[in-house]
Amino acid sequence: MDELQSLAHGFAVALSLKNIALMFVGVVLGVIIGVLPGLGGANGVAILLPLTFGMAQLPGGTTSAIILLSCIYWGALFGGAITSILFNIPGEPWSVATTFDGYPLAQKGRAGEALAAAFTSSFVGAFVAVIVITFLSPVVAKFALEFGPPEFFSVYLLTFCAFIGMSKEPPFKTLASMMLGFALAAVGTDPVTGTLRLTFGSMHLLTGFDFLVAVIGLFGIGEILLTLEEGLAFKGTSAKLNLKVVIETWKELPKYWLTSIRSSAVGCFMGIVPGGATPASFMSYGVARRFSPDGDKFGTGMVEGVVAPETAAHAAGTSALLPMITLGVPGSPTAAVLLGGLLIWGLQPGPLLFIEQKDFVWGLIASMYLGNIAGLIVVLTCVPLFAAILRVPFSVIAPVILVICAIGAYTVHNAMFDVWMMVVFGVLGYLFKKLQYPLAPLVLAIVLGDRAESSFRQAMLMSQGEVSVFFSNTLVGSITTLALVLLAWPLVTWAVKRVRGD
Amino acid sequence: MSQGPQDRPAFGLKSAEIGVALAFFALGALVVYDSARLGAKWAEDGPQTGYFPFYIGLIICVSAVLNLVRGLRMRPERDIGFVEVGQLKLVLSVLIPAAIYAAAIGWIGIYVASALFIGFFMRWLGKYAWWKVALVGIGNSVFFFLVFEGWFRIPLPKGPLEALLGLN
Repeated sequence: MDELQSLAHGFAVALSLKNIALMFVGVVLGVIIGVLPGLGGANGVAILLPLTFGMAQLPGGTTSAIILLSCIYWGALFGGAITSILFNIPGEPWSVATTFDGYPLAQKGRAGEALAAAFTSSFVGAFVAVIVITFLSPVVAKFALEFGPPEFFSVYLLTFCAFIGMSKEPPFKTLASMMLGFALAAVGTDPVTGTLRLTFGSMHLLTGFDFLVAVIGLFGIGEILLTLEEGLAFKGTSAKLNLKVVIETWKELPKYWLTSIRSSAVGCFMGIVPGGATPASFMSYGVARRFSPDGDKFGTGMVEGVVAPETAAHAAGTSALLPMITLGVPGSPTAAVLLGGLLIWGLQPGPLLFIEQKDFVWGLIASMYLGNIAGLIVVLTCVPLFAAILRVPFSVIAPVILVICAIGAYTVHNAMFDVWMMVVFGVLGYLFKKLQYPLAPLVLAIVLGDRAESSFRQAMLMSQGEVSVFFSNTLVGSITTLALVLLAWPLVTWAVKRVRGD
Repeated sequence: MSQGPQDRPAFGLKSAEIGVALAFFALGALVVYDSARLGAKWAEDGPQTGYFPFYIGLIICVSAVLNLVRGLRMRPERDIGFVEVGQLKLVLSVLIPAAIYAAAIGWIGIYVASALFIGFFMRWLGKYAWWKVALVGIGNSVFFFLVFEGWFRIPLPKGPLEALLGLN
């Protein structure tokens, strides 16, 4: 039980007064970010990341910094449920499925019940995922220590093929969007030889495109533009959440234990395999509807219909950090931003982290337990406060959010060019969202592009240019094969449909 | 049922799909061109600088063509509006000021630009009283000034006003 010992050590790191204060600050900020349109987990963390540069310089500072940022992430996950249930506006893509039953419940005057159920099941989902991370990540990290460049490239390949195989969007749009990310990542200095490429003589492009700027533009500005189409006013129901409602709901929730287990399992799986929280929440909602005795009443305001997607979304959102810390391959855009943070602070994400940065890793894992407890406390007690934010008129909140995004983009490199790029990425994000080009693979490709390329080229150097190196042993061979199967998956489903004559 | 002028689609979905696919193709071609210029072959010491991006560009071009074909073959009944005139007006009413705002930061500093931007929005779209406009606009900038310059010690771009007040 090495893990428990390490975890205890992690708690000792995380349980300082400063870190606990940071957890609460992070969760509150995160919920606000999750509630506001145009700010979400990924770009909220991206905007606040530059503020941690100074913090990370202090001894033990990287742990405090990751605690702050990961708690913003937990907060954002919780926050998404508030807007879905009260306003029928999913604050985050993974809360879309929560609106199906959450908003009808709120319309019936049972908003408090829906919120309590959502928060509690979010907590349960996250908790299960953290337990999985605690026990699985040391195993994965140990395993990954043996990895060489071909293995790492095959893992990257698997990540990106999974996007094509599992996304709801048309496969060639996913591919185009992903490759655009790789192309943007390639701009600037070649990581291997140091030659400049794709800069076309521009000074600004020497350092390449920063993914933080891309995330702020794509998710922040793009989201605001999309929200605008819906008009300027939000109409919502009011929330009354008191202790009595919470306890009543808690008495009811154990009935749905099977749904919770199923949803947690779906969520953890989808989070670790880079499917992400959004498909996990939909899948879990669908599964719950099929298996529930009240399945046909789903969509009219069933508590179970809130429990299922929320549990899965949080389980997926949390377990997305597992491949991030063990392999350096993030499972979601927000995990990608956190990975970028690690790189900026001078930490090398990957299996060595578990050996060289024990304090950091176990402090982070312990903070996941504590952060989610902090999150649950904050959201259960402060819902009316957060709901009030959405009552601030859009003509006030939209420019303020834009200003925050601009400041965030500027502080990445203290460069004006980044602010302009943010606007360009904003338009791109708006167009892509409307035309079903997925944004997550684009962001992941910008983050991982250089690393994927380096591992590919190193692998090719090792093998003298033989592609067969990716099948040279059972491990790398099976990962590559799995990747190719996922890549071909859309083709298979298309063929099956054709044969059946649908 | 007749459609109001605000509900009329400004762009069709089909033209938007085609436009974006063409833009992707152009970008892919650009990447291929520059990578080929740098050398995308296999040298004695391994893959050249352009090797990886060359294939990335190529895949962009191929998927752009496939998306283009998909867009062209779109059935007319699926070619619903990409964006309605009224929606486009709202989107542009944010996008254009935001672009001007981003450009203005370089000249007048982020604090003054932000105050003007928020003020413009509240007055123009929200029709707020001037005192409220001034309060939120200036208050927001003062708040961010204190947070960034004071607390985090991260200097943000400043302009003539800050120089006048001796805040640089």
